[in-house]
Amino acid sequence: MLNPDTVKADFPLLGRTVRGGKPLVYLDSGATAQKPQQVIDAELRFYAETNAAVHRGAHQIAEEATEAYETSRDVVAEFVGADAAEIVWTKNATEALNLVAYGFLNASLAAAAAPGSAAAAAVTPEAIQRYALVPGDEIVLSEAEHHANLVPWQQLAQKTGATLRWISVTAQGRLDPETFSVIGERTRILAITHASNVTGAITDVEALVARARKVGAYVVLDACQTAAHMPVDLHALDVDFAAFSAHKMVGPTGVGALYGRHALLEDLPPFLTGGSMVEVVTMETTSFMPPPQRFEAGTQMVAQVVGFAAAVKYLRELGMDQVAAHESQMTQRLLEGISLVPGVRVLGPEDATDRLAVVAFEVDGVHPHDVGQVLDDAGVAVRVGHHCAQPIHRRLGVHASARASAGVYTTAADVDAFIAGLHEVRRFFAAPSDTGGH
Amino acid sequence: MADAMEQLYQQVILDHARVRQGEGELTEYGGESFQINPTCGDQVTLRVRLDPKGERIQALGWTGQGCSISQASLSVMHELVLDQPVARAEELGAHFRELMAARGKELDSARLEALEDASAFTGVARYPARIKCALLGWMALRDALVQARGRA
Ligand SMILES: Cc1ncc(COP(=O)(O)O)c(C=O)c1O
Repeated sequence: MLNPDTVKADFPLLGRTVRGGKPLVYLDSGATAQKPQQVIDAELRFYAETNAAVHRGAHQIAEEATEAYETSRDVVAEFVGADAAEIVWTKNATEALNLVAYGFLNASLAAAAAPGSAAAAAVTPEAIQRYALVPGDEIVLSEAEHHANLVPWQQLAQKTGATLRWISVTAQGRLDPETFSVIGERTRILAITHASNVTGAITDVEALVARARKVGAYVVLDACQTAAHMPVDLHALDVDFAAFSAHKMVGPTGVGALYGRHALLEDLPPFLTGGSMVEVVTMETTSFMPPPQRFEAGTQMVAQVVGFAAAVKYLRELGMDQVAAHESQMTQRLLEGISLVPGVRVLGPEDATDRLAVVAFEVDGVHPHDVGQVLDDAGVAVRVGHHCAQPIHRRLGVHASARASAGVYTTAADVDAFIAGLHEVRRFFAAPSDTGGH
Repeated sequence: MADAMEQLYQQVILDHARVRQGEGELTEYGGESFQINPTCGDQVTLRVRLDPKGERIQALGWTGQGCSISQASLSVMHELVLDQPVARAEELGAHFRELMAARGKELDSARLEALEDASAFTGVARYPARIKCALLGWMALRDALVQARGRA
């Protein structure tokens, strides 16, 4: 069994104090995770020993850097059940999702251009065949999406005349299977989160993929919240594209990845263009590299890529089954603890089944920002606001919420400190007529 | 713990957050502003009506939702600027912005006194994330006054 105290000792930042000497209780891993020394060292070592531009230059250091960059791709690919050639480095998940959306857009623009024009020839016939959207085509997502997996699709729909449709969320914060039927004959894309960053609810990907397959729609999975918290096997999930960010996986900021099936990446037009992604460039035209290089324009974040590989190695050594089991215990402890604090409502499933340790909640009569402030004063770091997911908040009838989210290093003591903090929030903001008021 | 929190959440602030002055929709108005704090989702719609000469704030009403800091700040602001000349309201707004920029240091006594209950927000300026909350109403007022004067 994973020992969170041992794990925690690997994360230097978690040893610090805040707000006048209080030990930090970090419950904001859903926003970004802290980094173990192993990741920090990997990045440091890369700069100290191996730093060079990759896929360019004939010198030894460039060879070593390229080797480190590409080996990292193998490591990350294996971690998510993909082949290395199916992994594209991006800045973060947001960029990965935009990369796919812009691929569809570029194909749609070419398809809509006058036959024989330069605009029509800007992408390959295969790209148009696969990716061109026309008015009346439908893009399906859910009300639970993070803005990163909503706004790019909304933009794509606006620009192509496609229609955006969505799966609803139940009052318990789960995708409502009754509304899966919005996936229909005209659906071209299903863009769905693997787990909500508000309710922690894990999506039944299998059921959705089955429906998408029936109508020939591509499935884009936002695996941001799941990748570091449970075993994720993209081949087994049978999705077409997937996005995740290293910074939520105890890895560095500045790097994320797009997964795309071989054949799909092969036909996808590039998003960003420039150096490193081209074969032959003339003043008139350019031919592009095969994937993944086609999607990695410009000088890459090599040190961060290396750090990303160190992060997944770290998680792999802990064992993702162990990580998931530990975090499930934390979920239970969080939910049980909260249920004993009067006036606190969880936004999302109230039991730990098919649920991550991401717990958004509302405190009766106290605004989330004030909740966060009093918790912060006790050294407890949570997130407040709408967590880049306004529609699901609207659906659940609140403007904003506070959210506690755990990670591999979260201990029972952390959860208990948070629960104690919640009691303090209640005490502090109790109306003067209440007993024990401020 | 409560020391830092009691300094931040002065009783004046908690009181104003509970019993809010000026909350409600104004139907006759010359200027309106909608402000949002995208980090925490707080929002306010504020409307202002000037006297016929366009010199004095005759009525002020706001609706919206937000944290205790933003709500209390709106309420205190309402108390301070209602029935005041526009120029005075703008001057108070400038003082309040200075207070927020002071990172918790007190302003000189003349300005602090002018700010009355709003001086209770001194401690808010120690928390960068909360400054926006406190300023939300004042931003709306400044914006709405520009409109109202343009129309007067
Ligand atoms: C579910 C989900 N999707 C997408 C994102 C976007 O990730 P990033 O900001 O790293 O691009 C996040 C993180 O905020 C998230 O939680």
